[in-house]
Amino acid sequence: MKLTLKIWRQKNAKAKGSFVTYKMDNVSPEMAFLEMLDSLNKKLVEEDLDPVAFDHDCREGICGSCGMYINGHPHGLVPGVTTCHLSMRYFKEGETIWIEPWRAKPFPVIKDLIVDRQAFDKIQIAGGFISINTGAAPDANSILIRKQKSDEAFDSAICIGCGACVAACKNASAMLFVSAKISQFALLPQGRIEAKERVRAMVEKMDEVGFGNCSNTGSCEAECPKKIKIVNIARLNREYFKAF
Amino acid sequence: MALAGIFLLMFLPIHLIINFLLLKSDPVPFNNAAHFMATFPLVKIMEIVLIGAILLHITWGIILQIQNWLARPIGYVSGSKSEISFFSRFMIWTGASIFTFLLLHFFNFYFVKLGLVKGNPEDFYSMAHDLFKIPAYNYIYLACFTLLGFHLFHAFSSAFQTLGLNHRIWTPVVKVVALVYAIILPAGFAFISIILWLFR
Repeated sequence: MKLTLKIWRQKNAKAKGSFVTYKMDNVSPEMAFLEMLDSLNKKLVEEDLDPVAFDHDCREGICGSCGMYINGHPHGLVPGVTTCHLSMRYFKEGETIWIEPWRAKPFPVIKDLIVDRQAFDKIQIAGGFISINTGAAPDANSILIRKQKSDEAFDSAICIGCGACVAACKNASAMLFVSAKISQFALLPQGRIEAKERVRAMVEKMDEVGFGNCSNTGSCEAECPKKIKIVNIARLNREYFKAF
Repeated sequence: MALAGIFLLMFLPIHLIINFLLLKSDPVPFNNAAHFMATFPLVKIMEIVLIGAILLHITWGIILQIQNWLARPIGYVSGSKSEISFFSRFMIWTGASIFTFLLLHFFNFYFVKLGLVKGNPEDFYSMAHDLFKIPAYNYIYLACFTLLGFHLFHAFSSAFQTLGLNHRIWTPVVKVVALVYAIILPAGFAFISIILWLFR
């Protein structure tokens, strides 16, 4: 396949960035999106040019580091996959692909397509954990939990914190991320003990780091690679009201 | 924001029911209803709550919108192609249009009642009939109520979500009710306007 890439290039956090056009020949439809970028970078290095900086780690859709905004979608147009799992077969011959970093004030660009997602870490540190002694696995297994609740908690816990929800939201809101982290604990008895303190602290930190507000557009749910549901946001709101 | 919005959602059907009295050839029922709304103590208390709800809804909406704009100082060149509730994109703009109409409406009626603008507060029936004879007023009226429908469609179900009321069975029902409400309510106001404009 022949493709035209329009990639956001920015030397560092303080530099002014711009889009740079790259022509790609011989892109295999079997390639993954990141492999296509790898081949571009190989070409750039061979030409003694600065390769495109982008986050990646596991390349298995688990770590959530490979976030980039592709043709108007976080992680590209295919629902339920991260950028590393995005196959080039979904692009057409001769297509122009716009590749941008996540755009949100709390996610400043570090270089090219890499953004600083420490804002999520700060929210997690504020309360996204259990500090009580939950005992060992046999102790946890002695507490009976309805299968439905356990499934819902698991469905929330699979959030990989990639930031696609923030990237997709027109308000750059982090409500889906925070609601997933709140829900995974709120649904289980071990998490209930600190539920009030947790929700207050995490919401306060979310506002403090500068994310926007949720206006229930549903774009976060549509773009989440792990299919986290906005029903979690309603749960977060309920938990927040209950915390006062 | 959501609570104030829900209060406004409850007020609009009452206003519509009273407006239907404008279709009667006898001005007395409408003027009596308007008089009752202007003088009955409980309604007068609710009026203060209503004005408070409007101001709270608008102020809070503007604050949240500014925060949202600040949260994304640089937008995407490739735009947003995410599946999204269509009317939710324009809530601040449909809201601003409704607010502009509300000012006009206050100037025409509510400020007359308060004695700030000239007019006969005991004969809102004739004042409304006179207004609906002006084509430009009807164009503005119909445009604003169409925008109100767009605003209400998202607002209705969004308010439930904000208050944490999301349910496997009931949320789809709320969405259908929101659609029905967002069509019937503005259509009712528009119907009265069109009848008085073109057929009276």
